Amino acid sequence: MTMIITLIAAAVTFGTVLMYGTLGEILTEKSGNLNLGVEGIMYMGGAFGLFGAFYYEKAAGAAASGPLAIIIAILSALMAGMAASLIYSFITVTLRANQNVTGLALSIFGTGIGQFVGEYMRVREGGYVALSNNLKNAFSATIFPDFMVKIPVVGQILFSHTVFFYLAVVLAIIMFLFLKKTKYGMYLTAVGESPAVSDAAGINITLYKYLATVIGGGISAIGGMVYIMTTAGCVWNHEGLSGVGWLAVALVIFCIWRPLNAIWGSVLFGAMMIMYLRVTIPFIPTEIYKILPYIVTVIVLIFTSMKNSRDKQPPASLGLNYFREER
Amino acid sequence: MSEVRTPLFRLAKREAMSREKIWAIRVGSIIIALILGCIPIMLTGNNPISAYAVIVQGSVSRPIYIRQTVKIAIPLLGCALAIAPCFKMRFWNIGAEGQITMGAVAATFFALNFAKTIPSPLLLAIMFITAATAGGLWALIPAFFKAKWNTNETLFTLMMNYIAIGIVAWLQGGPWEGRKGSQLIPMFDDAARLPEVFRVHCGWIIVLLLVVLMYFYMNKTKQGFEIAVIGDSVNTARYAGMNVGWIIMRTMFISGAISGIVGFMIVSGANYTLYKGVANGVGFTSITVAWLSQLNSFAMIAISAMLAILEKGSNTLQTRLQVPASIADIITGILLFSMLASEFFINYKLIFRGRDKKEVNA
Repeated sequence: MTMIITLIAAAVTFGTVLMYGTLGEILTEKSGNLNLGVEGIMYMGGAFGLFGAFYYEKAAGAAASGPLAIIIAILSALMAGMAASLIYSFITVTLRANQNVTGLALSIFGTGIGQFVGEYMRVREGGYVALSNNLKNAFSATIFPDFMVKIPVVGQILFSHTVFFYLAVVLAIIMFLFLKKTKYGMYLTAVGESPAVSDAAGINITLYKYLATVIGGGISAIGGMVYIMTTAGCVWNHEGLSGVGWLAVALVIFCIWRPLNAIWGSVLFGAMMIMYLRVTIPFIPTEIYKILPYIVTVIVLIFTSMKNSRDKQPPASLGLNYFREER
Repeated sequence: MSEVRTPLFRLAKREAMSREKIWAIRVGSIIIALILGCIPIMLTGNNPISAYAVIVQGSVSRPIYIRQTVKIAIPLLGCALAIAPCFKMRFWNIGAEGQITMGAVAATFFALNFAKTIPSPLLLAIMFITAATAGGLWALIPAFFKAKWNTNETLFTLMMNYIAIGIVAWLQGGPWEGRKGSQLIPMFDDAARLPEVFRVHCGWIIVLLLVVLMYFYMNKTKQGFEIAVIGDSVNTARYAGMNVGWIIMRTMFISGAISGIVGFMIVSGANYTLYKGVANGVGFTSITVAWLSQLNSFAMIAISAMLAILEKGSNTLQTRLQVPASIADIITGILLFSMLASEFFINYKLIFRGRDKKEVNA
């Protein structure tokens, strides 16, 4: 029993990272932009999140407050991710370059920047960049009071997570309401499904694509920061972060582009990724667990295309640029 | 309002541009990228000009450096050639990373088990063929589903990469592990290593042959023509009686096979062993190489050489000036952005309000 509870808790920790990456990419893809730069964006979010928190603590010294450090880390990651996706949007939306190639270029660029910032800090600070234990605890502490966490079973499963998890859940719900219940959300979906029709209806395609991609990129970047600040223990760890962005892209498919599915989907993917550390199933080598998320995604992809049901498809214009004069 | 306002400027597709002008724009974009690349170099407190000098020196100034640079360029070029026919067909194969890996797995299987029993030339031939087959079959899986149910190939091929890498991770720590607990696959015997020509493994000859073959295939054969037609319009291809599904699968097999061969060259010519990072991002970088070369085989030589120089040179930069080697990725990224953006000015023109009256009215 305790083992299952710790497994769930650990799955949520890693799942939170994925949830940000996925929610951001869902928003982006809803506009018809397939941004394959998530890997790079999350690297940048991780590096700049650490950068922001570290230099804040350096400036504030012992007076550094946990909540403020968290806000600074979130904002730095957000800005980094938004800047990166702005480049992507400009090149694909305004200049109409191929989305796949631009996304991959952003992945190369972003992982480079992330690594560079991580290394740069290490060299500048003479070896080791880490937050004080005080702030580290602030990043990994839960927001619920102690007695709630201590409720048997339920406390561990529901109330023991970091603030980032609860924020992500709220974000998923907001995104769901935005996409399903608001006019602008409907417009965004329409842009992703058929830019030509939306354009004829008077929707500003360029604006929607830019906003969705830039905000989406910012959200994805927060995921990178959450990884560095929680799982990696507030030190730059590029090996751990590598592949997380691609997993988030997979998760978008698994969730069939629905934000609410991202909540349980990310925890499930998180569980699959960390299971090898905790559970051993006879005859199945642990390394194989790690490819489960990808296999599951492939199966989802195949089934949705075979059934061809209209509400379970990628946005129809995904990956294609829109050029009005070319209609 | 009776009079409709013309926007300040609008876009139009450009008719053919002169060759010189196109190349001037491309070279200009590279220069702009190199200027932008000065920013991160200056952030490290170094002089950008001397840093670029170190990059060039560190990659081409001595024969040994050139050999290492060529070694980096071989897989990039080979894999870009693999991707070209898919992209021509507008089949977005971003699974080269996995196809390289599976090719490497097949080659490694024979290298580990038959190095003592099969004579070297025959063994290498078997490794070559099985690597090509494995890469091709791996690529065939998403192609089959694309042909049959129109499954999104971008996402499918992407997932296949990580499945392939996961398989190697398992082999590395499991059945093929050398010394217990080392998590490493043993080094290949000499018999399973590619011979060297001019002291670089003979992979460079294979890729250069592939350049010519691919150029010929894409431009002079019926199959190349079919690929081009599908790329322009799937419907046209159908009306013309082409079996689109079959062509997609055939093209993907060829593409995967070439990537598989690249995988064979990496394990047998450069690393002499297999580990999960065997493809090391080549499958992704080579996509940008192929695209920026306009899928032209010969242009790919130049672009892959350029990226290889950057990568090799940046390693020297790190040892000499303590600039993080990740600067190579940053400059590569800027270079790609800049070249992607420059295509816009080749393909489109801006028409400003008031000017070109005749065309506005037309």
